[in-house]
This record gives sequence, C-alpha cells and structure tokens, in this order.
Amino acid sequence: MSFYEELSKYYGFNFNSFFDNLTDEDIKKIITKNRLSALDYLALLSPRAEFFLEEMAGRAQRLTVQHFGRVIFLYTPIYLANYCVNQCVYCSFRARNKLERKKLTLPEVEHEAEAIAATGLKHILVLTGESRRHSPVSYIRQCAEVLKKRFTSISIEIYALEEAEYADLILAGVDGMTIYQEVYNEENYARLHPAGPKSNYRFRLDAPERACRAGMRTINVGALLGLGRWRTEAFFTGLHADYLQNRYPDVEVSISPPRIRPHLGGFQPEFEVGDKNLVQYMLAYRLFMPRGGITISTRERAELRNRLVKLGATKMSAGSCTAVGGRSNSESTAQFEISDERDVAEMAKMLYAQGYQPVYKDWQMA
Amino acid sequence: MSDNLNIGGQEITSRLFLGTGKFSSNRLIPKSVEASGAQVVTVALRRVDPDFEEENIAAYVPRGCILMPNTSGARNAAETVRIARLARAAGFGDWVKIEVITENRYLLPDNYETLKATEILAGEGFVVLPYMSPDLIAAKQMVNAGAAAVMPLGSPIGSNRGLKTRELIRILIEEIPLPIIVDAGIGRPSEAAEAMEMGAAAVLVNTAIATAGDPVTMAEAFGLAVKAGRMAFLAGTDEAQEYARASSPLTGFLRD
Repeated sequence: MSFYEELSKYYGFNFNSFFDNLTDEDIKKIITKNRLSALDYLALLSPRAEFFLEEMAGRAQRLTVQHFGRVIFLYTPIYLANYCVNQCVYCSFRARNKLERKKLTLPEVEHEAEAIAATGLKHILVLTGESRRHSPVSYIRQCAEVLKKRFTSISIEIYALEEAEYADLILAGVDGMTIYQEVYNEENYARLHPAGPKSNYRFRLDAPERACRAGMRTINVGALLGLGRWRTEAFFTGLHADYLQNRYPDVEVSISPPRIRPHLGGFQPEFEVGDKNLVQYMLAYRLFMPRGGITISTRERAELRNRLVKLGATKMSAGSCTAVGGRSNSESTAQFEISDERDVAEMAKMLYAQGYQPVYKDWQMA
Repeated sequence: MSDNLNIGGQEITSRLFLGTGKFSSNRLIPKSVEASGAQVVTVALRRVDPDFEEENIAAYVPRGCILMPNTSGARNAAETVRIARLARAAGFGDWVKIEVITENRYLLPDNYETLKATEILAGEGFVVLPYMSPDLIAAKQMVNAGAAAVMPLGSPIGSNRGLKTRELIRILIEEIPLPIIVDAGIGRPSEAAEAMEMGAAAVLVNTAIATAGDPVTMAEAFGLAVKAGRMAFLAGTDEAQEYARASSPLTGFLRD
C-alpha cells in the first residue's frame, strides 16, 4: 500500500465540475460537521467556500485553541550544505546554478548550534541539498550527534532516504522529518524536476511513509504552492496527511503550506496563490484535521504571519537563515529569500502581545 | 473530620488537580493554582526546560504544590519509562502521571502499554497515576500492577465534552479500591461537580481552564465546584447513597 494508490483514485476526477455543483448550503453544513470526509475538505477548498472564510475562521480558531492551546511552537532551520545533484527549476541550489558550494564542518555546526541555542530554542530543523557524495547520511548523522547536545528535538528536511537510513538517523537523535512533495501533480513534477534522483516522483512520495515505518515521531508534508493549481495541491497534501495519520496513528502528522519565494535563477511561479488562498487552505485543513499541525515559515511576511497565529497555525520558525553557515557568514547564497526577518525574541514578543505563548521546547527523550 | 485525599502516603487537601498546558502565558499558572486552591499540578516533561528559567514551565508551579510530571508524547511503555526516569533524574520526585498515546486523532490512551509502564515504574518505587480509558478489567490490572490511583477519562482530552463515560467511571468508583481521578474531557465546573458527586476522589482539569476567556476566574470556579461536589457526595446525594453507603441504616439492626 502506498499513498500513490489513494492519489490515483483522483486521476480523471473532474474537480471543476465538483466545485461548480457546490451550493452555499453544502458549505454551511460542512463547516458545522465534526468529522469531515475527503470530499468535504475539497468542498472547503472550492471557490464557493471563499464566501464563508469568516465562518471557517471562527471554527478553525476554536478547534486550534481547543487542541493546541494558546501556544505557538517555535523552531529554526540550520542549513548544513548546499551541494546538490538535482535540477529543481525553482531552487537556488539546483546543480546548474553557479554559486559557492559549501558544507559545514562539524566545528562549524557546533558554532551555529551555539548561536541558535542562545536564543532559547530547543527544536532545530536540519536542511541539506541532495548530494550523497558531499552530504551522505553518515555526515547528517554526525551533525545530528553534535546538535543533540544542545537541542532536545531534531527534525530533518533533506533528500528522500531509504527506511533503514531513517532508522539510522532516529538512533542518532532525529525525531522529526519534513519532506515536501513540491507538487503532487505528476506531470508538473516531471517538468519541474528534470534530472537527478529527485525526479523519481514515487520515491519521494513514499518517503514520509518509510520514515513512519522507521519510527519517526513527527512528519510534516506539503506542496510548494505556486507549482500547481493550489486547490488540488492543498487537497492532495491534506489527503497525504490523512493517509499517514490513518496508517500510522501514533505519528504526529502536520503540514506546511509554503509559497514559492524569489530564488537565484529568477523562476516565476506559474500559479498564483494569494493571501486569501493561503488562508482558505489553512482553515479548510484545520476543519478536516482538527489535531493536525500547521507550520508557517518565514517565507511569509511578518504582518501576515501575525494574522495566521489566530487562523490555525501551530508552529512557526524564527530567526531563520536559509544560507549555509549564514549565521556566521553573510556572504553565503540563500536557498530562497525570507520575508520575515524577526529573531526569536521578537517573535516571542509578538506572540505574547497576541495572547499566545511561544513554546521553545516540546520534546525530550534523552 | 479531615477529608484529605491520600495518595502514595501524601495528604492532599485539594481534590482539583491542575494541568499546565495550553495557557497563553506560564504566568497564569501560579495565579490559577492560587485561585483554585489546587495542590497537585501536572507538567509535561517534554515542556520542562531548566536551561531557560524565564520560559521554564516547571518554574511557574508554586512551592508547596506536588509537581506531578506526565509522560505526554510517549508512544509505548518503553518511552514512558524513559521519560519517567528522566523526570526523576531531573529532581521531580516520585510522582508520575502516565500518558501513553498511540493514536493522534482523539488522543485516547493505550491501556495495554499504560499497564506495562505502570508495572515497571511502580516496581521502581514511583507513585504511579495512570491515565486510561475507563475499562474495569484494565483498571483492576492497574491495581495489581501497583498504581497509586486510577485516572479514567471523562471524554477525549481537550474535547470539553464532559462525562461521556459516566457509566464506566461509576463502575470504577464502585469496584476499584484506589482513588478514581477523572482526567480529561471535563469542560465546565458543573461537570467537575458532577464527577465529585458521583464519588470521584478528584478531577484533573487543564483545557477548560487554560483556554477560558479568563483562566484565573475559571480556575477559581472549578475549585469551588470540586469542593461543592465533594460536599454533596459526603452529604449523601441519592445517587451516592445508592452506590456508596457502607452502613445499612434500615436493616443494620438485623446484625445484632
């Protein structure tokens, strides 16, 4: 069994006709339901549901406070290396882009870790490009062992691994993984990932499930918004989360709705995703998966992130830097431009001002 | 006459136990403790951070309280045992509330893994309070495993749906010789009072207080409701008399 089989059921599904047939009554009824079906979720992603955003927001906020409390979990990313063999057309680090390639040495990892730990954060997200030569699993494992001394929760956002490799990293102290399918639409995927191991759609799609089987505690999935029609991409992301939660009930499953940002190479997203669309996606997802986390990164600008605190978000990054070693070297090329430059203390201040508690630590096993 | 609750050799004056998650600020914790009169306060070890005093949830639990760490986040007995030992090593004493959750949609406890962890930890001298689904057979096994009290859920965690498991909890109160502490699901003070009227030894409340418009006032309301419910139980509601009366005022003379 693979999520691919679930996904395949919707090949040929006429989304436009489904959306066209929805009435206001349908939407109102769905908003009050306790347990939404997949098609209920899709209905809330429809153009028709845009007229009910306030109603959806009210329910979404109540559900979020009920299940997560008045808190936002904080984390920050650390980029270990930008060597990459892939050709994702929307990414600064793609193999053919000319930029200074860099990989942190273990003392450099330690140095960055020290700077990050000084902010009080205990949760870190580790990122690398895909290069089994420069950043093999053994290297990521060594980095995790260094980070483990200062952080009680380590997540990875790296290339898709085999199940045994995930198990290996879990032993080293990794407890969470984020992997974006980027785009669930298979044709778009093929076009946007023309070369490299990442061009294997199925291997990436099944990566979260392999991590679950290896014993990962938290899994975060997402589509990079702008690479496909957002309504269907949001739908498939939700289905993916739902599938994983059903099959691996003890795993904490969450989603991210990242929107594409300016990159080196100047890729222009083919599909517009406005603030209103992003909010509709978050609200629909919250009603569909009341206990599912929603992570909002610094891809979004500060004013919008402030608003999203009350619209279903559960986790946010702070003090982010998307360049390798960027906390000590400002010359390094960023993977993408961030939109919210606030550091951890500033984020905490904003959250308190909104009546929310910033949570710096939410896991410990050693 | 003292009506204190005794758990693991400790006299407890308040029958309202307080959870500490979900508050908009840790600063509301001591205020809620004070307003409610709660003495037993539970803290998830996963949130405790001695490195960051200002944001360390445990630092906000007033002195004089019994700080009961819980194993939130544990997915099996082995993880539970590990977290409990970490808590003890961190200086939190011997009390531990066991939470083992193996499904994330409703956060219902896994009684089987909870039982295994209870047995191990009770064997290591912990005062073990297992959070569980109100199943009589499992509760009896918890007793045999060495639990100090049993904490059945009223409805799923954070759901504020009240005492949906009322009949099952009633059976536990009748049959289990340990304090029954209703944990999870209580959304209103009246529901806390109801549990106490039934003969529950205590109730544990978190979400309903932490997410209220005014948490401190809600904490006070819960404190009063728990007292009122307990008084009613002691005074002998019809319901309590039917199930819980030890003596026999009508036919007792026949024993003479």
